[in-house]
Amino acid sequence: MSKYFLNYLDELESEAIFILRECFEQFSNPVILFSGGKDSIVVSHLAKKAFYPSPIPFSLVHIDTGHNFPETIQFRDDIIKALGVRLLIGSVQKSIDIGHVKEEKGKNATRNILQTTTLLNLIDENKIDCAIGGARRDEEKARAKERVFSHRDKAGQWDPKNQRPELWNIYNGKHYEKEHFRVFPISNWTEMDVWNYIKRENMTIPSLYYAHEREVIWRQGAWIPNSKHIIIEDHEAVVTKNIRFRTLGDITITGGIESEADTLEKIIAEVSAIRQTERGSRSDDKRSESAMEDRKRKGYF
Amino acid sequence: MQENKQLLRFITAGSVDDGKSTLIGRLLYDSKSIFEDQLKSVQNTSKKNGIHAINLAFFTDGLRDEREQGITIDVAYRYFLTPKRKFIIADTPGHVEFTRNMITGASTANVIIVLIDARYGVVEQTKRHSFIASLLSIPHIIVCVNKMDLVDYSEDVFNRIINDYEAFSSKLLVKDIRFIPISALNGDNVVNRSKNIAWYQEAPLLHTLETMHISSDFNKVDARFPVQTLLRTQNETHEDHIKYAGQIASGIFRVDDEVTILPSKITSKIKSIDVFGKQITEAHAPMSIAISLQDHIDINRGEMIVRTNNQPKVSLNIEVLLCWLHNNKAIPNAKYTIRHTTNEQKAVIEEVIYKIDIHSLKRHTENKTLHMNDITKVKIRTDKPLIIDSYRKNKTTGSIILIDTITNETVAAGMII
Repeated sequence: MSKYFLNYLDELESEAIFILRECFEQFSNPVILFSGGKDSIVVSHLAKKAFYPSPIPFSLVHIDTGHNFPETIQFRDDIIKALGVRLLIGSVQKSIDIGHVKEEKGKNATRNILQTTTLLNLIDENKIDCAIGGARRDEEKARAKERVFSHRDKAGQWDPKNQRPELWNIYNGKHYEKEHFRVFPISNWTEMDVWNYIKRENMTIPSLYYAHEREVIWRQGAWIPNSKHIIIEDHEAVVTKNIRFRTLGDITITGGIESEADTLEKIIAEVSAIRQTERGSRSDDKRSESAMEDRKRKGYF
Repeated sequence: MQENKQLLRFITAGSVDDGKSTLIGRLLYDSKSIFEDQLKSVQNTSKKNGIHAINLAFFTDGLRDEREQGITIDVAYRYFLTPKRKFIIADTPGHVEFTRNMITGASTANVIIVLIDARYGVVEQTKRHSFIASLLSIPHIIVCVNKMDLVDYSEDVFNRIINDYEAFSSKLLVKDIRFIPISALNGDNVVNRSKNIAWYQEAPLLHTLETMHISSDFNKVDARFPVQTLLRTQNETHEDHIKYAGQIASGIFRVDDEVTILPSKITSKIKSIDVFGKQITEAHAPMSIAISLQDHIDINRGEMIVRTNNQPKVSLNIEVLLCWLHNNKAIPNAKYTIRHTTNEQKAVIEEVIYKIDIHSLKRHTENKTLHMNDITKVKIRTDKPLIIDSYRKNKTTGSIILIDTITNETVAAGMII
């Protein structure tokens, strides 16, 4: 084969870096939405490469639900220090306290949906006009429909029927004041691409992704971690299992899988053989057929 | 294992109900790229809609309205990997009013799959979509004659459709056109060879996609580097260093190459090329790199570094094949924002030369108002010069979009002639 072509991982990386540099040029206050999950870690890594040797010109934004894995918070604080960037935190607890949102009640309550209000308030207060995220089109069917530069109106809403056509690599981020864009540099990556890239780049990721012993409860077809934030019913048993997580979110909704994969090589082997989608163990997506679309329309990440 | 795998981007096109979503569902399903929980969810939705077999189209119709109305509204992107290649599919809508979305999907594609319903043969949308493929310089067309099961897998029907298509496609500029008889619903010749179509000796669709030669689709001749952003650094003595960052649009750059900066025409030499701090001696499209030059020159975003002995045109006046993408029609003599690579200027559509009738492919010169989905040849004048190649030669330096200065929306896409 010809010498002058890129393998697909290099091509995806080059595309993502181009997109990140466009964010810097086209917007006045871009930030990276950082959840502590592998996708936002990859985006931060790409941003480091895009502007090297200058520092990353974006702040990181963490929407803190208050229901976190402690490991996630530790990882977040470490990476902020390592990258030398500013961290903005939006607190869901604060949104609840001041009455902007109301906490769900009951066994399956989650703070996931409440994040939208906290995020939109933070975007508004900090005059953010571009929120860069690690969402991938292969994650979920509504996400498969989204542009790389995705317009949000003044209320932060997404209108899937009124998206700007996006051609070649010419991205249009023009907007009015108070409107903003969500930009997804790794739209075209799959879960496997992300893992292969993490391995290739020798990146550090939270220990939660590796198999480890943990107290869990079997609920809705997934191992939900035991924590002070969940209500355990009488018929439910807390057991200790060898668990790892494929996605990281709010601790109350992130289901783990039983696994022995404690290295990147083993994770890649496991993911390539697995027959369930990555988000199959996320109870927030199971609420209805269009759960993600409905959340996204309102401004969810 | 993934080290040398290439990326192939393709789109599917055809009329409503020609089975585009079903074909993609079939490709994913038979190549084992569907997960069990997706399958279960699609089975449930299919049942709810009164369909007993699995409706493969539900794998791609991601929006609620699409599933409820059974149509595809917007482009959906799908991904799958085989031992030979990685694929990105743009599943584009067949409805006439969503042609702009088809163009969106087509602009980056190596291959277009044009679906034809075997019962109806070549229809207006077939021509329209094939023409758009030609217009956008997609190098390869695969015509899939679908629903062969509904015409008793007839070789005559297939041959008749090939004849009709060839009669019309002789006007197209695409050189590589192939024909495959398939049934997306039953899986004939999609991933697996069909027993029902024994008279067809060529490879099924997936194998064709896996083996197609695409390395020559990229321009490796004309070295073009649109400057995207500046990286400023200081060394120990606090001396300023500027690197010009961007993605190579085409061609190859090497250290010590004689280069010219356009539009200023100042010349210099490449001092270093680096990828994220690592110095390399040569780089090619589509790599994202940073270049530093031997001389201190004031260069801004939107300017272009090219090799001195191979230069593009610098011009205020361009002729463009323009696709109007918006509901609001074009306003004569209004100023639009034109975006070309990383360059942005104000521009006016000075003259509409002709409109192309997609059905007959004839040129009309009477009605010159640009409505949504119109394809026209226009003259555009910009406030400041653009650094251009023809789109046929170079997709990146030959393409533009127009942005409405009031609504900020992308209203047109153009290919420079």
